[in-house]
Amino acid sequence: MSTPSATTPARWRALTHHHLFWPVAVLVALLLVNVPFTPDFFAIRMADGHLYGSLVSIVLFGSPLILVAVGMTLVIATGGIDLSVGAVVAITGALTCSYISDQADQNALAGVFLAMGIGLVAAVVCGLWNGFLVARMGIQPIIATLIIMVAGRGVAQLITDGQIITINSEPYKLIGGGYWLTLPFSIFVVAAVVAVTVALTRRTALGLLVESVGGNAEASRLVGIRSMRIKIMVYMFCALCAGIAGLMISSNTSAADGNNAGLWIELDAILAVVIGGTSLLGGRFSIGGTVIGALVIQTLTTTIYTIGVPTQTNLVFKAAVVIVVCLLQSPKFRAKVFGAKGRARVTAPAEPATPADAAPKMEVSR
Amino acid sequence: MLNRRNFLTAAVGVAATAGLAACAKEDGSSTGSSSGGSKTITLGFSQVGSESGWRTANTDSVKSAAKEAGYKLQFSDAQQKQENQISAIRSFIAQKVDVIAFSPVVVTGWDAVLKEAQSAKIPVVLTDRSVESDESLFVALVGSDFTDEGRRAAKILEKVLQKAGHKGKVKIAQLEGTTGAAPAIERAKGFKEVMDAEHKDDWEIVVSQTGDFTRAGGKQVMAAFLQSNPDIDVLFAHNDDMGLGAIQAIEAAGKKPGKDILIVTVDGVKDGFIAMSEGKINAIVECNPLLGPQLMEVVKTVHEGGKVERWIKTKESDFMQDQAKDALPTRKY
Repeated sequence: MSTPSATTPARWRALTHHHLFWPVAVLVALLLVNVPFTPDFFAIRMADGHLYGSLVSIVLFGSPLILVAVGMTLVIATGGIDLSVGAVVAITGALTCSYISDQADQNALAGVFLAMGIGLVAAVVCGLWNGFLVARMGIQPIIATLIIMVAGRGVAQLITDGQIITINSEPYKLIGGGYWLTLPFSIFVVAAVVAVTVALTRRTALGLLVESVGGNAEASRLVGIRSMRIKIMVYMFCALCAGIAGLMISSNTSAADGNNAGLWIELDAILAVVIGGTSLLGGRFSIGGTVIGALVIQTLTTTIYTIGVPTQTNLVFKAAVVIVVCLLQSPKFRAKVFGAKGRARVTAPAEPATPADAAPKMEVSR
Repeated sequence: MLNRRNFLTAAVGVAATAGLAACAKEDGSSTGSSSGGSKTITLGFSQVGSESGWRTANTDSVKSAAKEAGYKLQFSDAQQKQENQISAIRSFIAQKVDVIAFSPVVVTGWDAVLKEAQSAKIPVVLTDRSVESDESLFVALVGSDFTDEGRRAAKILEKVLQKAGHKGKVKIAQLEGTTGAAPAIERAKGFKEVMDAEHKDDWEIVVSQTGDFTRAGGKQVMAAFLQSNPDIDVLFAHNDDMGLGAIQAIEAAGKKPGKDILIVTVDGVKDGFIAMSEGKINAIVECNPLLGPQLMEVVKTVHEGGKVERWIKTKESDFMQDQAKDALPTRKY
């Protein structure tokens, strides 16, 4: 496929070597799979004063995952992992909804903003706790964040009293289930968060610092980077993203479900990050890749529903697709299957062989 | 330094555990201690957890019924874990309670602990869900018949279709519960039974997918259904929550739930009844969590050595839209 023969146009090679090529290819392939089953899959029409169609639902339902995954990307870039995001989603939703449901006028803007503020502060506090355990106490991230993953859901249930809290607040409904300028409002929230993240990490030195901490925390500290502070910051940012996702999920159904909101979203988020080409070893990340990765997962979920995969085989189908995606991401696998390129890569795994590989952000393992 | 810190951590841990234990003890004794007397029946009850509004209502019903009957209740919450439930039952045996009742988290793996109860001569009553064990190991099951709920859903759908004046083919979308859970399997089975027997020609389940018993799941799956099958006539959801999520998806597609798409759900939680009174759900098949009073009757009979039926089915009814407003104030959960 990408044989470096003289006849291969250089542009094509540059394209296939772009770090987003494989994730985007998989996304497009998944979208196309739907067409034989749902001929008007790409059709978008107006319904009830807003755009409506499969693509719109994919973005709408995928928004919380994109947010969580973007936060997770930075944590993973520092060599950590955050398993607590699902519980943070539940806590934020529970706090916000229970505050709104206590209001006399659930539609009052001030009350809704205050409720959202309370929820997000709680989320950031969870992040601070994670960051404190990981950076200051030196606890393994997987263990440190496991604490809130397990206990947080209990906290959320305590807040909701084990019930599903249903609210009836039009302004709150907007953030995760409403429409603005005929588009789902959540798209704008996601766009804003992604834009801010990209600006902060790629326009300032922050991204470089995060990658350097992920590459080698001790060396970074010795050259004067406050790696502890950077770590605490990314965990707080990740929790904030999870908090916003929690607002979206609870707003989408106008209900806080302490038991089920954001259940297993941490795993989907990690998967999205990996599909997007961020190395789990830390030291490099790609926000764009993560967004594509999250969209791949959401498209996969929607595809399962629309093409009618039997319920019992849902997970097998999902697993098969994910395995294929991950294999496609692996340069070694591609070299073996598509031949040719293999020699240089397999024998010299430490260094990329060609200049085009200078930014191989997509390599899963080395 | 480090040692001292470790010691402090340990000390705090021990104190917290002791505190929890104290709480648990208090919970157990406070319920029925006032009735006193040597004849008071002590009931050990191990609940699955508190995963839904239905379950909370179930717990409250058992607690209040025990109080009313004047029984001493040892209540334990298993937090959805079988090992917690097994250790709770063991502690009931050690405390020599008169009757043990529990809602099994899963269906298998109970033989050993049930045999221990049997050799201690403590009768065991199951509530809500059954187990796959030797029948001699428990005296009765107090709970719903999920298969029958499926059948009732199909029966009430006939009425709904008739009332809506629907003629000809009926295209049905089904939102299943959690894959592998007894209510999901049996409700689907019961529904299909009636459909195959009586509506082989005119009813068809065009799409069926799990919504995991949650609102978010119901909404997302229904949104996809509406894309792949825009001509769905009927939605059968295995619980109210998925139905409530689906209603939002139907509205987002610019259709009217309860009119363009007829909706039948199972459970009968309060939010479901609110939606029904707004005309968004057409019929609800009740799955009653308020089995406390029936459980206490069984406990009494068993304790006195009397015979009870193997399966005491909970008292349940079906509700159509016109009954929703009247029934709404009586819904406790």
